[in-house]
Amino acid sequence: MAKITYIEHNGTNHTVDVQNGLTVMEGAVQNNIPGIDADCGGSMACATCHVYVKEDWFDKINKKNEGEDDMLDQAYEPKKNSRLSCQIIVQDDLDGLVVDMPEKQT
Amino acid sequence: MIKTDALIIGAGPTGLFTAHQLKLIGLDCEIVDNLDKIGGQCIELYPDKPIYDIPAVPECTGEELTNNLINQLKPFDIKFHLSERVDEVTKDGDKWIVKTNKGTSFITPNVIIAGGVGSFEPRKFSVEGHEKFENKSILYSIKDKNIFKGKTVSIFGGGDSALDWAVELSNNCNVNLIHRRDEFRGAQATVDKIHELSKSKKINLFTKFQLKKLNGSNKIESIDIEDDDKKIKNLKTDYVLGFFGLIMQLGPIANWGLNIDKKTVEVDTEKFETNQKGIYAVGDICNYPGKLKLILSGFHEGALAARACFKLARPNEKYRFEFTTSSKAIKNRLGVKSD
Repeated sequence: MAKITYIEHNGTNHTVDVQNGLTVMEGAVQNNIPGIDADCGGSMACATCHVYVKEDWFDKINKKNEGEDDMLDQAYEPKKNSRLSCQIIVQDDLDGLVVDMPEKQT
Repeated sequence: MIKTDALIIGAGPTGLFTAHQLKLIGLDCEIVDNLDKIGGQCIELYPDKPIYDIPAVPECTGEELTNNLINQLKPFDIKFHLSERVDEVTKDGDKWIVKTNKGTSFITPNVIIAGGVGSFEPRKFSVEGHEKFENKSILYSIKDKNIFKGKTVSIFGGGDSALDWAVELSNNCNVNLIHRRDEFRGAQATVDKIHELSKSKKINLFTKFQLKKLNGSNKIESIDIEDDDKKIKNLKTDYVLGFFGLIMQLGPIANWGLNIDKKTVEVDTEKFETNQKGIYAVGDICNYPGKLKLILSGFHEGALAARACFKLARPNEKYRFEFTTSSKAIKNRLGVKSD
């Protein structure tokens, strides 16, 4: 279990407990947190669960999957610290993770 | 105006199987899809990804599933209207008039929305003021490459569309190719060609850059691009092309007076009818208590919606439930021999 904070583009904070094994995307969807669309349901095919991972966390989480950067090319305003939240799997050591959401996903 | 018993919006797996069900029970139908090919998300998003939960098919890819569904429709003559988006649905007595963006119109008692998460549209630039240049100096697809002859064209993107057009247009235009990182996701041969053309100065390659600003009043005169370290370069350009893939947008469906919640359309679970009589929603786009976004659920929903269509298309006939294994009428429609 990890406490994850999702910050909407307008600054609204949502901190929720997410079970190990779920993805950061699923943590948002299951808790009705707005800002993550996840149109393709987590198959890394759409780039609508795009988040910015806070710098100090970026190197701590699992590395990008093959193909993730290809999808991020298609994301809305990708940055250096962009990730697809469907590819970040929650573990105890992600406790305290903070992700920022882009202005929109599409 | 085309008259049909049912119009299906969306040529994904649910739309295709719904067409099959309509034809089996003796109704005719036509299908409209905004993509230029049949298959919906299966073909656009995951043609190569294996699917494991189609009943009686242990494993198949999105492309194989699509091809099998197309094969299943072979006995029937179904008209597809591809690369067309339904823009308007208006009531005309007990019928619906449906108009597409290409000017095709239909009159039908039944409209079945099998639209997935909406229609696929090109992903656009997000910089300020991009709207006023769109379809003039900013383009997301190319219809006539001759308009670029002798001009400077700035192409954004790292996939096959961006790379193929960069190579093609470098023959007779001044091409800038801009991509947000230094790896490309296009075919290796094309990527090699790009590097070769960049070395021989036929293409100006800018990697780790993104579009920052558009300059110009009526048409674009130059653009500012910015790299990861916030360094800005100004490029003179006549056209800006963006190839960032497709995204799904609910689009005009939102304006048809349907009950919409979180990009999905509310339906009942008997007919999969919306709050508008004669308009149904099936597959990922419909919503009801317990809804599962699985392909197999779309098949079930389409089968029931097809039966509901019968009542409105053949008000003076009685629908009789029949099996494909035994019904002579169905076998006739399928063009197979009866026992």
